Amino acid sequence: MKVVAPLIAVWAALLALLGLTVGASLMLTGTPSLVVSLGIASAKAALIAWVYMQLRREGGLMRIMALGAAFWLLILLGYLALDYLTR
Amino acid sequence: MADAAPSRQRDTTLMGMYLFLASEIMLFGGLFAVALALRLLHPQEVAAASRRLHYGIGAANTVVLLTSSLAVALAVAAAEMGKVKGTVVSLLAAAGLGLGFLALKAVEYGMEIREQLLPAFTPAEAFESPPAHLFMDLYLVATALHAVHVTVGVVLLAGLAWRVHRRSLALPRGAAGVEVVGLYWHLVDVIWVFLYPILYLVR
Repeated sequence: MKVVAPLIAVWAALLALLGLTVGASLMLTGTPSLVVSLGIASAKAALIAWVYMQLRREGGLMRIMALGAAFWLLILLGYLALDYLTR
Repeated sequence: MADAAPSRQRDTTLMGMYLFLASEIMLFGGLFAVALALRLLHPQEVAAASRRLHYGIGAANTVVLLTSSLAVALAVAAAEMGKVKGTVVSLLAAAGLGLGFLALKAVEYGMEIREQLLPAFTPAEAFESPPAHLFMDLYLVATALHAVHVTVGVVLLAGLAWRVHRRSLALPRGAAGVEVVGLYWHLVDVIWVFLYPILYLVR
């Protein structure tokens, strides 16, 4: 049970975050809506990566491997947004 | 891990998988970049197009995928404890939920075809605006590419369940094999976690 309990707790948290993002979409529009929905999605992704993909028990090398792609993606999206937002 | 060699082998296997997953993230990353550009350029039209999607079905499918990820995490835990039956049952549950996701997605596509929302089945004039048409193109490409990944995942999970059941993958020694397929499945889940708000919840 020691192994299973955190897995189920994370599942409950993920469902709660899904409820939160649907709820927020009914109330927010525009940039606040985008920021909140991406923030919640990132939190869900972090929970899945940390507990389900077991990065919490891996060493630094594996964590860098996993986070590297996310970092490259942020560079891509960051420069793209910079372009469109400063025209 | 009793000695160093199996642990090093596991690390190598996992690193190879992470490298593959990084290429997957870049593949979908291009689509996320398109979504961002569309939304920055045409916020009103994109929000109007997104409102026409069935966000309830999308949410239900999110629940299905999150639950299947739980099943895969339970399968990995069972595999590491050497529990054959628990591993097989969890893997089959995850594969079944993957099939459920695909079935629901097919129903949703059918509704969108009837509502004249899905490109390739809808004449260009039927869309509210050119940006709405572009957004629906993105919707179709992104969700179809994701569905292909789910289909591959279902085959991998079912094949793994078969190999564990037949003992051709011995547990707990072969647990890393369950782990790498699990990593792939979790990434497919994470991609959906981002696709859902980016496509269905633009307001």
